[in-house]
Amino acid sequence: MALDPVWRGDEREMLEYNPREIMAITAGRMVKNGDVIFCGTGLAQIAATVAKKMYAPESIIFFETGGIDAELPELPLSVSDLRIMYRTSVNAGLLESFSILSHRKVHSKAFLGAAQIDRFGNLNSTCMGDYWHPSVRFSGSGGACDAACLAAEVIIFMEHEKRRFVNKVDYLTSPGWLSGADAREKAGLHRGGPTAVVTNLGVMRFDEKTKEMYLSEYHSGVTPRQIQDTTGFEVDISRAVRSKPITEEELRVLREDVDPQKLII
Amino acid sequence: MTLKEAVTTFIKDGSHIAIGGFVCTRNPMAIAYEIIRQRKKNLHIYVHSHGQALDLLIGAGCVRRLELAYAGMGRFASTCVRFRKAVQNGDIEWEDYTNYEMTLRFFAGSLGIPFMATKTSLGSDILVKEGFRPETRKEYKVASKKLTIMNNPFSDEDEKIVLVPAINPDVALIHAQYVSEEGTVRIEGLSLTDVEIAKCADKLVITCEEIVPESYLRQNPDMNCLPHFLVDAIVAVPYGAHPTSCFNFYDYDAKHLNMYRKIAENDRNFTEYLDEWVYGISSHEEYLAKVGIGRLLQIKANPAFGFRPGLERG
Repeated sequence: MALDPVWRGDEREMLEYNPREIMAITAGRMVKNGDVIFCGTGLAQIAATVAKKMYAPESIIFFETGGIDAELPELPLSVSDLRIMYRTSVNAGLLESFSILSHRKVHSKAFLGAAQIDRFGNLNSTCMGDYWHPSVRFSGSGGACDAACLAAEVIIFMEHEKRRFVNKVDYLTSPGWLSGADAREKAGLHRGGPTAVVTNLGVMRFDEKTKEMYLSEYHSGVTPRQIQDTTGFEVDISRAVRSKPITEEELRVLREDVDPQKLII
Repeated sequence: MTLKEAVTTFIKDGSHIAIGGFVCTRNPMAIAYEIIRQRKKNLHIYVHSHGQALDLLIGAGCVRRLELAYAGMGRFASTCVRFRKAVQNGDIEWEDYTNYEMTLRFFAGSLGIPFMATKTSLGSDILVKEGFRPETRKEYKVASKKLTIMNNPFSDEDEKIVLVPAINPDVALIHAQYVSEEGTVRIEGLSLTDVEIAKCADKLVITCEEIVPESYLRQNPDMNCLPHFLVDAIVAVPYGAHPTSCFNFYDYDAKHLNMYRKIAENDRNFTEYLDEWVYGISSHEEYLAKVGIGRLLQIKANPAFGFRPGLERG
């Protein structure tokens, strides 16, 4: 449990939350009205729903399986959960969904997680070790690589651990800024790319020119130095500011309205 | 047709099979169980994102090669357990694509063209790392390479495009809500990529919740997705996607899936699971009796929602 001091009346009290809660709320704050969110499940789903309830009621959630603008009366547990098929704008299929993800009129914003990330925001969700003889095999890309290549913007979730923030990903499943600077453009990807990495310790962003990750915000109870020590590569911490504290209202909505069954949080 | 006849007639050792459904919905489980019971071997499987049926087929030793984008069950298993073990042990050959690429490959197959173009996967390892061995590339129905990049032939500017090869399997297996006596198919909820998967295969086997008169489906033809003459076999198997879900009919069986994930981690427990839930069962009716009326009612869809609100899912 992290602790964050908040003002309640004249009394200064400590607000308690877990790492997943602060990640969901931080990412939820990044959604704007008009965003069309390409949503996975788990934390991505929670963040998107928090956003819709609190910050961006005019944002739209869609799933790669074809559920477009679902009402979501209950939390889905996968992108093929029946709950994403209920009272949608359109129930379609994958082809239609990918046409929305890559549509030039749409500001598609994808939420992605992964097992590993490097300093240019490239992601691995395929395997640890050699591809042909992996020490651990994961699920594979699914639609993650598609979102990383084609969405207008990508926001990444990562638990902040040294083994996850690595110098080089074992397998590059989903392209971020590749080797930095204009490498993404040169590879043929003309839009998109990751803009933020939301972790339990803070928010990392990418330098405009070099596309290298830097520390943008750190949560209360954490120092920039600690974040550097938990990251497997050198990070610029000189631009970091303290993040806006979580409010009681944000926690209430998250716990009571978004995930009352505590399926994810 | 019965499940037994459908598998005997359309699936041989070494068959190339595309499977419909997605992760935890509309997996054609009943026919997957029958394939395992008939101990089919060396299957070559094509899926975009798949879960339970794929994991059981792999765990039971039916699969030799797999082309996929994702093998997992969402919150019920972030990676399919028997798939993970088979890859780590080198028991199967695998080739990774993305969901969009697999969808386009099925689509190309359905249109009778050899490949489709996309911008996805540029810059990724999916583009540069081939899973299949060079000798596999020479085998029946296997593409000569994983994919290739070319420049847009309609532009003088530098614009890279990825070409992905069509899929034309021997058989497609789809589980739908309704099929008419003549074969017209209706899928409710999301159709996913099932229409393209159905059309790309040489033979199409549809399992369904209900067989209904053709005239009933023709009252609302807008809701139908495949014409009757494309279907080669129809098998009625109520709850035929259990423990995965089927919109308007039943939710996923969260208890069963959570139990399965734990069992699948241990080789001996998994073998016992197969004995108990697949080999030791002679018919779909017997399977449903084993699941039990209590559980089937717990997951039964509420018609106002298409799923089961308040289902215990933890």
